[in-house]
Amino acid sequence: MMNAFAARRQAVIAGAAESDLGEVGPGFSPIDLMAQGVQRALADCGLQLADVDGIFCASSQSRLAGLALAEYLGLPDAYIDSTSTGGSSFLGHLAKAGQAIAAGACQVAVIAYGSTQRSLGRKNTSVAERNPYEAPFRPFLPPTAYALAAARHMHEFGTTREQLAEVAVAARQWALRNPMAWEKGPLTVEQVLASRMVSHPLTIRDCCLVTDGGGALVVTSAERARDLRKPAVKVLGAGHCTTHQSISNMPDLVRTGAIASGQAAYRQAGLGPGDVDVVQVYDAFTINTILFLEDLGFCAKGEGGAFVSGGRIAPGGALPVNTNGGGLSYCHPGMYGLFLLIEAVRQLRGECGARQVPGARVALAHGNGGVLSSQATVLLGAA
Amino acid sequence: MATDDIMPGAGPGAGVAPAQRESPYATYLCHLHAGELAYQFSRTARRAVFFPRVLCPYSGEDCLEWRVSAGLGTVYSSSVVYPRSGDAYNVALIDCDEGFRLMSRVEGPAPQAVAIGTRVMFRVHAAEGLDEDPYPVFTVVDQ
Repeated sequence: MMNAFAARRQAVIAGAAESDLGEVGPGFSPIDLMAQGVQRALADCGLQLADVDGIFCASSQSRLAGLALAEYLGLPDAYIDSTSTGGSSFLGHLAKAGQAIAAGACQVAVIAYGSTQRSLGRKNTSVAERNPYEAPFRPFLPPTAYALAAARHMHEFGTTREQLAEVAVAARQWALRNPMAWEKGPLTVEQVLASRMVSHPLTIRDCCLVTDGGGALVVTSAERARDLRKPAVKVLGAGHCTTHQSISNMPDLVRTGAIASGQAAYRQAGLGPGDVDVVQVYDAFTINTILFLEDLGFCAKGEGGAFVSGGRIAPGGALPVNTNGGGLSYCHPGMYGLFLLIEAVRQLRGECGARQVPGARVALAHGNGGVLSSQATVLLGAA
Repeated sequence: MATDDIMPGAGPGAGVAPAQRESPYATYLCHLHAGELAYQFSRTARRAVFFPRVLCPYSGEDCLEWRVSAGLGTVYSSSVVYPRSGDAYNVALIDCDEGFRLMSRVEGPAPQAVAIGTRVMFRVHAAEGLDEDPYPVFTVVDQ
């Protein structure tokens, strides 16, 4: 039983917002988009920039992202954490912001992300790190890493390319209900299969989008959030696991660190997969959704392909997954994790309009970083 | 005492013994130049370690010894990269019989025909040009 002091200090998400998405145009910096997200997330909950005393952020385009955002926002005294675990960074930031708030290191934290990879071109937005044990073989990264996992999953469990395509089709059906989504037209399994092959067995439609985008969350204590504009979303549990960095060092290509990160988050929350009303998993590639639904306990290992088929994760299906359209069809600026949390918050507040999951009380957000390397799970609860 | 630190004739770096004679990658490369695929073995954990490193990740100890692989392995996974220009090519993960995995490619069959489970054998792809190092590739073992 949590005592009253701890309950007052429990971290909650008070505000959430996207920056401009899609293609923002030349001249914008990733920090511009972080700041735009911060401004909108503060407006979302009714706090001011002067209330912010904690900064959490990461960007592949800014080596010292925490300093850049502190400078931009004019917050010299802010507590800073710019840990990067790739696309999972922001789910890690949420857990760390909760710890910082509980420890009294800060009271109101922003978690921010920004990327202009579409406007600038991908080659100009990430640092090339040469791994001498992989580079001679010219893997097209990240797709080839995920293709190797998909090929192994197909070999061990009989998963098919059609089942992978079902993930892309479900994501597209959700995206058509999200006015902010990049993709605006329908998609069929046949179209996915007939698309340009990138790294077998993954076609371009098995791969996430390349867009600009950013956003921010405002995280504070339950006590501080009580009088704010919108109902606070509770952070019920969080877990993280790092199994490798390079794909050649992944211990088992069909079992990810999401098994451990999910178990840690469920244990902390006192919940299980059956308690989750809406799921947001980092779908950088179609195989991700299958792996993570298995590893997070929504179906047995090896049954993910059958599980995602027949519209089960699409609108109207038994398990709503990636209700914003995901990295596959809504938005993917390179490190997508923050958008999982933004959508989970909106679902728990009932703000999602045509794509709203009725009565959603518990949301799971699962972030992936590197090449299935870093796995971070967060369970969120409605007020 | 501070005076103990001052050694006669000591210049910058003098008296600092190198922890390793050469980097793990340099040793690995030296074996490749000799036509060998080298890996490390942890005496403490009794298992192979790859990629080469300066400490054993299973024990934290400096207990790694270099061994030379027999060069036989099995395809653990395989993909085909389709560049926007140029020919498609194979990228594979190979499980060597000594218990370590590495990225490589299988040469011989069409890149699409490299099946998981295929038995393969190592050979050195020799250095080409001034900047390139040799690297290990695999061919299919006739059974």
